[in-house]
Amino acid sequence: MKISFALQKNPFALQWHLKSSRPMTLWGIFLLTIIILMTIIGPFLVPNDPLSANMAERLASPSLTYPFGTDHMGRCIFSRLVNGSRATLGITALVIITVLLIGIPIGLLSGYIGGRFDSFMMRIADGLIALPEFILAIAIAGFLGPSLMNLMISVVLVKWVSYTRIVRGIVLSEREKEYVLAAKVGGCPTWKIIARHLLPQIISPVFVLAALDVGKVILIISSLSYLGLGAQPPAPEWGAMLNDGRAYFQTVPELMVYPGMAIFLVVLSCNLIGEGLRDKLDVKSS
Amino acid sequence: MVLVVLFLSIFTFGLMKMAPGDPVLAILNSDEMIVTDADQAKLRSSLGFDQPIYVQYGQWMIGVMQLDLGTSYMSGKPVWNEIAERLPITLQLTAGALLVMVGISVPLGVLSARYPGKWPDQIGRIFALIGASIPSFWLGLMLIYIFAFKFQIFPSGGMGSVSQMILPSITLGFTLAAVYARLLRAGLIETLSKDYIRAGRARGVKEWRLLWLHAFRAALIPVMTVFGLSLGSLLGGAVVVEILFSWPGLGSMAVDAILSRDYPVIQGYVLLTGVLVVVLNLLVDLSYYLIDPRINQGKRESG
Repeated sequence: MKISFALQKNPFALQWHLKSSRPMTLWGIFLLTIIILMTIIGPFLVPNDPLSANMAERLASPSLTYPFGTDHMGRCIFSRLVNGSRATLGITALVIITVLLIGIPIGLLSGYIGGRFDSFMMRIADGLIALPEFILAIAIAGFLGPSLMNLMISVVLVKWVSYTRIVRGIVLSEREKEYVLAAKVGGCPTWKIIARHLLPQIISPVFVLAALDVGKVILIISSLSYLGLGAQPPAPEWGAMLNDGRAYFQTVPELMVYPGMAIFLVVLSCNLIGEGLRDKLDVKSS
Repeated sequence: MVLVVLFLSIFTFGLMKMAPGDPVLAILNSDEMIVTDADQAKLRSSLGFDQPIYVQYGQWMIGVMQLDLGTSYMSGKPVWNEIAERLPITLQLTAGALLVMVGISVPLGVLSARYPGKWPDQIGRIFALIGASIPSFWLGLMLIYIFAFKFQIFPSGGMGSVSQMILPSITLGFTLAAVYARLLRAGLIETLSKDYIRAGRARGVKEWRLLWLHAFRAALIPVMTVFGLSLGSLLGGAVVVEILFSWPGLGSMAVDAILSRDYPVIQGYVLLTGVLVVVLNLLVDLSYYLIDPRINQGKRESG
């Protein structure tokens, strides 16, 4: 947003900001590291099989065998949470990478080549941006059927536009500059100008945007999974877990508290890092 | 804008055509009859599915212009009637959320801007972080648990009374409020450092008067811009909240339709919300004239 811009005009706020934002970012990195470690090695350490149901022990309260208790099918909530982090984080990473792989090249080409290709791509982008992402996701889940794959497709379809736009904007202003002209005069081929001279320019804003988007993608995926339009049971995805436990949460609030807390913490740490990066790299996103 | 609506219509039409399953078979099967090829062909031509695709699109579009969005596979009622029934409910929820949003973000934003770096500002910052990170469905669930189940202050669902509106409105409004408080703060801090505010201060105009009457109006413009952009997420968030608190609004209609593959209803929903967002954005653009008379004057000089 415009926070960093406004802060420059206010010396007091700037000072405060420098003092406090660094530890906040560090907290974000710290939290995320733990979560990622948990995602990688956690599934080997969890006490119970996340998918094995044990009706005799359903809705058990926390104990040594079941650290967070069990759900309505007698499955260990803790094990499901740890395994679910793979689903949630893995999907998110895949989505972000796909978005980058689509958005950046199109933006580069669109900005550098211009002409028909550019105006065609921008019309598509305009159309997609007019559709709110949630609505688009619902449209795609609705017509192609609710599944994790379709959910991912719809998120990618919405998200690439903003990357393409940012990259295109930067390329448009950079390509007129003298160093690009010099490279051109020097006989540098187009692909090399793009890869060598233009690509480095776009990395930091794209990185910041991606860091801030990670949280949003997790939120979209888990909310749609919660609605039953994403990950299908019995997969231990966090949003789907919340949906699963909905009928029982009045008697066993643990069913709700932990998965939601997990989502909240992951998104929070991503946002902390994203904001820290944005301030550090001094990128103004809209 | 016309282009965007056109794109939207082609997009939904295209998705409808790409959807798995043959609607002809779906309709015939739902009556549980033995289907002959002749029956199929008859229904196909009566629905116009044997025409070329652009003719189908044209006919569909003419229908849409007359608010004919087809009939629901499930209830057999026209989709438009269904939407018209449920739209007010969603609008009621949205209005409640906007009220919560303004109620939180305006005081918080103004306080943060008035005392940058002090505790109101810090609270605002933490608030914004939480607002951006909390899943709204989880917030709703927690609110239900605490206020409806533990303390039994508010009902956990249903609609009609004011007390039933409070939890859903907070759920939907909270995440937005956090963002706007920060935006408003940024806008206010920027305008408060402008010359005309200094001039006002030098003439001895009271600080609160400067803040509310002079700076607030100018700071509202960037807020309105983002507001237009986030209308979509407001409608999207309404889907979650409606399901959570079992409100029979547009969002729950859409989710029900998806789970039962009621394509005409989904199509109607997507088309309507898309158009709604475009129109509301236009209204936001027009509101600039009200907030900032300079924009109007600029137009007149150039025109």
